[in-house]
Amino acid sequence: MSQPTSTGAAARPSDQQPLLAIRDLEVSFTTAAGVVPAVRGVDLTVYPGQTVAIVGESGSGKSTTAHAIIDLLPGTGKVTGGSIMFEGRDLAALSRREMVAVRGKEIGLVPQDPMSNLNPVWSVGFQVKEALKANGVARGAAADKRVAELLTEAGLPDAARRAKQYPHEYSGGMRQRALIAIGLAARPKLLIADEPTSALDVTVQRTILDHLQGLTEELGTAVLFITHDLGLAAERAEHLVVMYRGKVVESGPARDILSAPRHPYTQRLVASAPSLASQRIQSAKERGVTTTELLAPTGGDGVNATRDDVVAVENLTRTFKLRGGRPGKQKEFTAVDDVSFAIKRGTTMALVGESGSGKSTVANIVLNLLDPTSGRILFDGTDLSTLNRAQLFDFRRRVQPIFQNPYGSLDPMYSIYRTIEEPLRTHKIGDQKSREARVRELLDLVALPASTMRRYPNELSGGQRQRIAIARALALGPEVIVCDEAVSALDVLVQAQILTLLNDLQAELGLSYLFITHDLAVVRQIADEVCVMKSGKIVEAAVTDEVFDNPREQYTRDLLAAIPGAALNIFGGSDQGIRA
Amino acid sequence: MPDATTRPHQAHFFANLDQAPLEVVDSIDEGAAPASLWADAWHSLRRRPLFWISAALILLVVAVAAFPGLFTSTDPRFCELKNSLDGPSAGHPFGFDRQGCDIYARTIYGARASVLVGVLTTIVVVLVGGLIGAVAGFFGGWFDAVLSRVTDIFFAIPLVLAAIVVMQMFKESRNILTVVVVLGIFGWPQLARVMRGAVMSVKNADFVTAAKSLGASRVKTLLRHVIPNAAAPVIVYATVALGTFIVAEATLSFLGIGLPPEVTSWGADISKAQTSLRSQPSVLFYPAGALALTVLSFIMMGDAVRDALDPKARKR
Amino acid sequence: MAWYVGRRLLQMIPVFLGATLLIYAMVFLLPGDPVAALGGERGLNPAVAAQIRAEYNLDKPFLVQYLLYLQGIFTFDLGTTFSGRPVTDVMADAFPVTFQLAVMALAFEAVFGIAAGVIAGLRKGKAFDATVLVLSLLVVAVPTFVIGFVMQFVVGVKLRWLPTAVGSDVSFTSLIMPAIVLGAVSFAYVLRLTRNSVAENLTADHVRTATAKGLSRPRVVSVHVLRNSLIPVVTFLGADLGALMGGAIITEGIFNINGVGGTLFRAIQQGQSTTVVSVTTVLVIVYIVANLLVDLLYAALDPRIRYA
Repeated sequence: MSQPTSTGAAARPSDQQPLLAIRDLEVSFTTAAGVVPAVRGVDLTVYPGQTVAIVGESGSGKSTTAHAIIDLLPGTGKVTGGSIMFEGRDLAALSRREMVAVRGKEIGLVPQDPMSNLNPVWSVGFQVKEALKANGVARGAAADKRVAELLTEAGLPDAARRAKQYPHEYSGGMRQRALIAIGLAARPKLLIADEPTSALDVTVQRTILDHLQGLTEELGTAVLFITHDLGLAAERAEHLVVMYRGKVVESGPARDILSAPRHPYTQRLVASAPSLASQRIQSAKERGVTTTELLAPTGGDGVNATRDDVVAVENLTRTFKLRGGRPGKQKEFTAVDDVSFAIKRGTTMALVGESGSGKSTVANIVLNLLDPTSGRILFDGTDLSTLNRAQLFDFRRRVQPIFQNPYGSLDPMYSIYRTIEEPLRTHKIGDQKSREARVRELLDLVALPASTMRRYPNELSGGQRQRIAIARALALGPEVIVCDEAVSALDVLVQAQILTLLNDLQAELGLSYLFITHDLAVVRQIADEVCVMKSGKIVEAAVTDEVFDNPREQYTRDLLAAIPGAALNIFGGSDQGIRA
Repeated sequence: MPDATTRPHQAHFFANLDQAPLEVVDSIDEGAAPASLWADAWHSLRRRPLFWISAALILLVVAVAAFPGLFTSTDPRFCELKNSLDGPSAGHPFGFDRQGCDIYARTIYGARASVLVGVLTTIVVVLVGGLIGAVAGFFGGWFDAVLSRVTDIFFAIPLVLAAIVVMQMFKESRNILTVVVVLGIFGWPQLARVMRGAVMSVKNADFVTAAKSLGASRVKTLLRHVIPNAAAPVIVYATVALGTFIVAEATLSFLGIGLPPEVTSWGADISKAQTSLRSQPSVLFYPAGALALTVLSFIMMGDAVRDALDPKARKR
Repeated sequence: MAWYVGRRLLQMIPVFLGATLLIYAMVFLLPGDPVAALGGERGLNPAVAAQIRAEYNLDKPFLVQYLLYLQGIFTFDLGTTFSGRPVTDVMADAFPVTFQLAVMALAFEAVFGIAAGVIAGLRKGKAFDATVLVLSLLVVAVPTFVIGFVMQFVVGVKLRWLPTAVGSDVSFTSLIMPAIVLGAVSFAYVLRLTRNSVAENLTADHVRTATAKGLSRPRVVSVHVLRNSLIPVVTFLGADLGALMGGAIITEGIFNINGVGGTLFRAIQQGQSTTVVSVTTVLVIVYIVANLLVDLLYAALDPRIRYA
């Protein structure tokens, strides 16, 4: 393969030598079905102080490559070929003892999920101190002092006191800061950051990444950054390595790759990345198939004022009783606080907010799975609270949900046929034969072959399951679909497909969507109107373009700034929607 | 800090399309045969020797229990003192016990009591404990608070201890049914806890919420979605529990307060063997071996099923 | 922490009341006359029967009976045995022996169960693991009394390494074999629990992070794998102390130990219902208290509960 090593002029000698040079790396896992290659012939170079990002979807081998460097492959994983040269030594050939000396001291790791990566039974300070002691940085009282310094450096306030606390007393962001302190404790030359913030809220994600970037630049630490988000990678790294099915398909300076992707996969990725799209997806019809004026356009050109409101939410409030550890100290927690909005028929309303903003509670109330404490929901002008049992049962046909986790939303014991047929059966629609015809029709609608109906959820991918969930939601011919983070768990390419599908279905069936998400980038692709929620309240509500071009609230501006890649002006000019 | 300009130039590389071909996003393999979770579990079970060994043993034990006449033509209750503690002879491969009964025949005929007690008690426990655990876990609130306390109360009395107290009251009217009822009454709490935990972990799954938003009733949702998905740990527990109930029955019979003397039972035979152990160890060996093998086959089966149903071991 | 303890204590009250009521009801409400049973085969003099009924309040309404019995428990008056000795006296004699036996059994299962479990867990899927797992199933499958007989016969009679029975000679040496027999089944459970817990913790994310920090393998295993893995094991052992004392009945019967179990064993054989109820009640109380202590122990070991 053609990874050139040195053509630069007048470089300082130490910088000319790569810190890390991976050549032809092969990693395989042994399973019951035989040896499965996970990484195939990967080349990668990191120079001292440089930030390199590996970008790829789940299963692309990006994390496996990173873990192979410090011999932390899970289960049966094994390096079966190639070399991992780190400062002139082949890490793949080191003994176990030599590898222990490299870990932490030479190469640090910031892992992916802050919730599971700290040991729950030891205090955070203890876990940082261990890293100092193991790498011979400090011990005893000096180590305690250093722990506080490191935690402060990682951006944790009141570090000396915090060090004595246990991980469960920390928020996700604080845990990730502690993990950064651990990763950098022994001042390694290379830091592997494996999706370090993907489990966190966008604004937290941004501050932590900013902090990490500042810190590594100051210390001169090289960073190998693993991410699924092309925008994030381009924003944080100067050099990108794009992986696909265990291979490097493209690598080079971030700017070159984004502005002129050469490999078709990278092109597809650039086109689909939601953070880079600047426009609402157009439906199939608008893309030039036919243009019927009967189905009013749903494009971003403003919402037709004559549409009626299919759902109107008025002064919605919902409180929960928090069960404290001690009696008599029950707290009331207001999850949703005086929220009002309306969804116009045939359009998409997005409810955006971070975790704990109350957006999912609103979704559940609209679905009538939860009763509001006060306020009301009008569906087609009818107050939901006035419905009796039978009317409520009928109402269920008109509003259907799609959930975030494609692995949890389908009953693993049900075949796809039974899954999609269940709504029809529950509402006693048609006979066996007509139901089967309807299932075929629905599968066709979500672009899956009819043979899928004999399968089970565990045989399908995340995107396919989400299509099944959509088909099930459509079975009863609903008017409103509540999408609760419906695309958040999917890889970008699949996410783009599902968003396009949702959009086409809207144009074809005149559906109205209530789209719950934390991701403003996705909002831009699908929503006509946006409500931004924070701590149970709606802080800003407007049509989508208005929110993006003219945000009035600081919080909205923070959210917008936190979209990965938002600051990169490369994308400013390219006005590409999704036409993959 | 070194800045980018001082670094050697790293060229823009891209792979040859032939070497890294693009695949259709999210394509579906129409050729593969459909596989439900149970089919998956069966597939994984089939490859375990432990499963085949225990399945063969269970089949054998059940066959012996159902049709003991097929395995021996000797009457286990035909005993002649003149044969007392004799060694193996033609037609009597295991020899004779102190009363002069044929050990082989008694071992064969002893299977029925053990298997019946084990199977019936397990059925009682699964029904009672399963129902209580499922209702407590699914409906929560007051149901759960009350049922969980009731479970705690029964749980606080160790199985064998409780059975001893009750069984000694039934001196005259003991039979297989009383043993089953007594073991059932005190054996269900553990299973109720397993069921409750499994139901609670399933009931918040999105597919349950989806069923609710379809308008499916609570009871239907519990029966159609929650219980089938909570079944795996219960099945595993029940298989192992079957073995422990057999042991409990044998313990009671050993104490003389289990099955009545006229029922041939391994536990009672082992108890009687106590006195003859020194002169003729095989008197103890055969009933004890048969008992251990039966129990072992069930708990081995439980182990194999647990591994096969382990979500981490599944392909996804 | 204080609230956690308080809540646990409160939850114990209904369990205690319920369990004692249950035992009492089992013996005195079920068909079968406990007083008639006292006489055994010979039957009982009606006058004596009436006297016994009066003494045990069996002539009063059930609820009153139960309350009087509860009162007895709280005033340490558990009635008298058939031979007229107060049950509390009998228990005072028997309890120390059983306690010693249970503690020895616990030590046996803890030391060997944890050691074997840790090794098996660290070598999951290897030959040692597979062998130990099958052996542990075998131990569970063979009833305690069979293990007792076989050990008594082999170790005591054939090899003459240890005394075959205890009787009045209660010493460490004489209790070794009964303790192993008593702890055998729990040993298998401890082994399996430890093994699964260690194997699961080994693949935990935080263990990988600890390795990535640069810790040596022994340090990772001892500080991050063992500490976390042993929490469920220690709580199991705590609860087991209560269960062992209750379960000593078979072992004490076989080895002729004059402990609580032995007393119960003889009371059952002689049909003394009142003694059976009293002894069982004490054992259930021990069991409940052991479980309570375990909950507290758990809170002390796992910081996530300490602050709940």
